[in-house]
This record gives sequence, structure tokens and C-alpha cells, in this order.
Amino acid sequence: MVDNKQQWKAWLYLAPAIVLLLVFTVWPIFNTVRMAFLENYSGLKAAAGMQFEFGIGNFLKVVEYKRFIQCLKNTCILCVLTVPISTILALLIAVALNSIKFLQKGLQTIFFLPYVTNSIAIGMVFAAMFNIVGSFYGTENELIVTAGIINNVIEFFGGQHVNWINYGSTYEANMFVMVVYIVWNALPFKILVLLGGLQGINKQYYDAAKVDGTPRRRVFTHITVPLLSPMLAYVVITGFISGFKEYTSIVGIFGENMGPPDDAGRLNTMVGFIYDALETNSQGRASAAALILFAIILVVTLINNQVSKKRIHY
Amino acid sequence: MKVVLQNLTKIFPSRDKKAGKEVVAVNDFTFEIPDGKLIGLLGPSGCGKSTTLYMISGLQKPTSGKIFFGDDDVTELSTENRGIGLVFQNYALYPHMTVKQNILFPLQNLKGKDKLSKEEMQKRAYEAAKLVQIDELMERKPSELSGGQQQRVAIARALVKMPRVLLLDEPLSNLDARLRLQTREEIRRIQKETGITTVFVTHDQEEAMSISDMIVVMKLGVVQQIGKPQEVYDDPTNLFVAKFLGTPPINVLEGKVKGGKVYIGEDAVLEVSGVADQDVVIGIRPEGFELDENGPLHCALSNVEIMGRDVSIVSTNPASVNPLIRSIINADNKVDLGSKTVRYSVKPHKFFLFNKETEERIRYEVK
Repeated sequence: MVDNKQQWKAWLYLAPAIVLLLVFTVWPIFNTVRMAFLENYSGLKAAAGMQFEFGIGNFLKVVEYKRFIQCLKNTCILCVLTVPISTILALLIAVALNSIKFLQKGLQTIFFLPYVTNSIAIGMVFAAMFNIVGSFYGTENELIVTAGIINNVIEFFGGQHVNWINYGSTYEANMFVMVVYIVWNALPFKILVLLGGLQGINKQYYDAAKVDGTPRRRVFTHITVPLLSPMLAYVVITGFISGFKEYTSIVGIFGENMGPPDDAGRLNTMVGFIYDALETNSQGRASAAALILFAIILVVTLINNQVSKKRIHY
Repeated sequence: MKVVLQNLTKIFPSRDKKAGKEVVAVNDFTFEIPDGKLIGLLGPSGCGKSTTLYMISGLQKPTSGKIFFGDDDVTELSTENRGIGLVFQNYALYPHMTVKQNILFPLQNLKGKDKLSKEEMQKRAYEAAKLVQIDELMERKPSELSGGQQQRVAIARALVKMPRVLLLDEPLSNLDARLRLQTREEIRRIQKETGITTVFVTHDQEEAMSISDMIVVMKLGVVQQIGKPQEVYDDPTNLFVAKFLGTPPINVLEGKVKGGKVYIGEDAVLEVSGVADQDVVIGIRPEGFELDENGPLHCALSNVEIMGRDVSIVSTNPASVNPLIRSIINADNKVDLGSKTVRYSVKPHKFFLFNKETEERIRYEVK
């Protein structure tokens, strides 16, 4: 405990951090809550001196939007699909990486590359890979030439090319591309965390398992996974959080259109919805949507915590 | 099950290729461990005792030499097929499993004809737990147990599949002094009850001496001496073994043999025969001194430590290799604290001569 005479010094040292936190974190949070509960709040109108009544109209409006339900659905589907897939893949890759000596460092670098690459840039590359025509935005009358490498491969093996992301593509095809992209993008961080966890596991557990003649699968399920469970929980929770904040990946592949050329906004997400509301100067609605998103993330994280409490044993 | 080690050698390649020096961890170790005995592998760190243990376990492969369990050559057999139980230095209990799950784990791995029914597994687990007296802690997690209890769980886990050989790596090093005494008795009891041939590794000579049927003293990969603890203590083959065994340690002095007499400085402390004149290293056990007003050995008295039953007399002598000479004598002997010198005679069976160069024991006859 700092004695009283010294306390002002402590506050002085803390001041820079506290000021920054107040200005850029505490105030925005407070202001978001305030705007969300003011009927039809708009920054422009507020600047003009208009007063707003207190109420929950913003929330009702958000929920009534058909687009909002679509955004919520997209976000949830992406989360539910990508988090388990990327976690399991990352676990398998991490275990494989950890068990080889040859090329381990090189492969680690390759797996880590997406992490240090701009996600919009990756998205554009993915868009090109899943393209079916030479140009990015197709129209109905455009001549279809298979240009994307994915369709090239499919055709090479005698398959029929798939319209992944272009004019007239299906929602399922779009989602498939999104899932592949998001999983790929999410892998490096998860692999890094899990590999770190694996390397922290005492080798003696494996020696003990060997002495007891434990089959390899049982070692994985009964020793590696339980001992890695704190890391797995961390990876899943952060995975869900970033999943619910998904936005740039859609922009990366579909552009600001947030969907194929013939159905703009089809793949929009919660964060996308918030940005759209801000663009029309409806800060009240944006704030309400942000709070709804926050509530969802909070609930999911609490559930995750409850589950992991039961599954993490030490 | 007797365990035979035949010319066992383990060479670790050097990590640094440029230095290019490989490490001979165990050098040509031959020994037959008799059935049902408790054997202590003893030596300072880096002497190859753990490597030997891990070669017996199969976790490490010998560079050359053979290992037999009974008449079976197990040298090429993998760990899980050897039928050994291994207790690790820090126990390696699975932290996410309860005590019961830990003990059951090896049984659940059994396949084919060895496969046990659920009831049989439970029965065996409880038997093993009872043997080490932890049957009331079965639902606890390792983190909720004391060090000694964890140790017992580890032993129970090693014993539950009824191994042919039980191996313990530094079994007492993680316990505090009081638990150590208690646990070593416990290990002795369990070993006696089960009759399983047991090999354990330790750097603590007291530990090894107190419970082993036989001890193997090792240094830098080479076996120095094998024998019953008391025999090794009473009859060390070289200076290293003499120095390694015994607390307080043996007193080492420089001296010479001349004309059938052993001299320490100017004092002719013992008359011997059968030893040529030469410079020697002398080892005298602390209990090898006797207070004697007319004794031949003169030492400068520096301190007397009362220990109840015994007194420990600390003195100095210019010939001593260590700064202090420590003798232990019966407390009935009164020591005059005021006097500057203390005079001893020595007990010949606690008085060893060693070659100055090779440090090998020089045997002599007392005249």
C-alpha cells in the first residue's frame, strides 16, 4: 500500500494512461449507451441543437429491420461454422508441427504468414482464386471464362465450375467461400497459441503414457487435449469474439457491396450493419445495434466460460 | 524377476557438432540384479544413474550392451512391452485426472487378452491404493494432495499393472526431510510386500544406504562399487566411494607410508605391513577416532559440538585436505575445551589408505 503522502505521485504517474482511457474508451462507451437510449438520435440533428427523448425506440427499430435479421443470421452462421473448424484444424496442425523436428521452423513461418498479411489483400487474392470470369464484377451478359484457380482445379479433375462469388452466385456458395477464407485467416493465431501450449506440456506426461502403453489416439484425447484445454478455451472464446465482429473479410472478398453484384448486402454482418447506420447519420440506431452485439458477445463468452469451467480441470 | 545388465553403454552424441565431444553417460555396466531385491543406484549428478534407469525402462536405447529381464532379452523391446512400472522424479501424475483415474489409466490401456472388466479394474486400483495407503483420497485431484501423497499415487499407478520391475527416479528428492524418512520406509515396506525387483536412483547416500539391499555407486558413467550398503561403507574400493558414503563425510588427509608406519605430518599413527613406502591419501571415518591422551595423532582443537548421544569434535591438522577434521565420539568422553590440542588414536578398520595417483584403495595388514 502506498502511504497517503505518496499517493499523489502514484496518480501523477497513472495520469497519462487514465486520460487516454477516459477519452478513448470510457467516454465512448458511456456515449454509446447514451445515444442508444435517445429516440432517433442523430449526430447532425444534435449539432443543430435538437433535443431527443429517452426511450428504447432505437432498439425496436434495429430489431424490426429485415436487414438486421439477415446480418445477425450471417454473423451467427459464420461463427458457428468457422470457430469449431478453425480450432480443430489448428489443433491438428499444432500437434503435427510439434511432433516433427525437420522443417518445423520453416512450416511454422508459412503457417504464420496470413497473420502478418493485410486481410483485405488476402480477401482480394481469395476473390481472384474463386472467380469464374476475368473481371471481378460480372454482369448477366458477360462471357464466362474460367479464370479462378479453384475452378481451374475443379475443371482439371473433370468437374463443373462453380459460381462462387460472381453475378448470380448462390448464398451457400458465397458462405462457403467466406468460411474457407475466415478459417484460413484465423488459423495462424490459433496455431501459435496452441503450439505454445503444447511446448509447455511437461514431456514426462508422455513418457509416463508410454510406460503405460497408451495408444497414440488415447494420448491425444486423454492427455494432450485436456492438458491443452486452457489454451483451447482461450482460442475458442477469442474466436467467437472476433467471429461476431466479422466485417473486413466480407469487404475483402465482396467489396463494400457486402454481397455478389446482384444482391448487395446479402452477406452483411452485425458490424457492417452498424457502419451502414453510421453512414446515414443514425448514431442512435448504430449505438443500439452495437449494444445488442455487445450483449450477444457477452452471453456467448459467459456460456463459453461456464462450459470451460466444467472441462478445464486444473 | 532378476534383471541382468550386460556391458550396458550409452553414448550421447555431442550437441555442438564443432566441439565434437560425445558424452559417455554409462560405460560398460555389467550387473545382475537379483530377484526381489531393492537396488539403489547412487552417485553425484551426471554419473549416469538416471540414464541407466531409463535404459532399463526402455525410454532410452543403449548404444551397446544388453538388458535381460529374467531370461528374456528386452534390449530391443519397447517400453510398453517390458512390463515395468516407472515413478518419475516429479511423479508426472496427470493433473486433470483424479487419483482413481490416474491409477486406472494404465489398466484402461490394456488390450486383447489382457483386457480387464470394469469391476476387475476397480478392484485392482483399490488394491494398489490400499497398498500405498491412499484409498481414502481416490476422488481427489493431484493438486489437492501433499507431495508425499502424490508420491504414493505415482507408486500405486506404477504398481497397478503388476510390473515385473519397478523403477523409481529420485523418489524422495521432492519431499521435505521428515516426509523423506517416512516415505523411504514406506517404499521399503511396499517393495517387501510386493516382492517386485525394484531399482531406484538417488544422489543421497543416506537414502540409498538406509533402504537398499544393494547399492551401486557410480561416477561419470563408470560403476565404482557394487555391494551391500554396510559392506561398501566399511570397505570402499577407492577414495571416491569412501568420500561419497557417510555423513559426516570421511576425513581425508595427506600422508605417507615409510618403514611400515603411516605418517600424518610427523605423527606415526598406525603400524602397517604389506605396503611399500609411498605418499598416500588417508581416509578416516569420523567414528574412527578415539580420544587418547597418549594418542599418536595431534590435531588443533577448534570446537566441540554436543549432539546428545555423541559429541562431534572439530579440529584442524595441516595435513588435512579439508579445512576441518570432524570426529564423532561417545559423549561419555570428556573433552577439555581449554586445551589447544587434541590427541587421537585411530581404529584400523575405519582407517583407509589410497594411492595418491589412482585413488585406489591400498590394502594393508595391521601389525
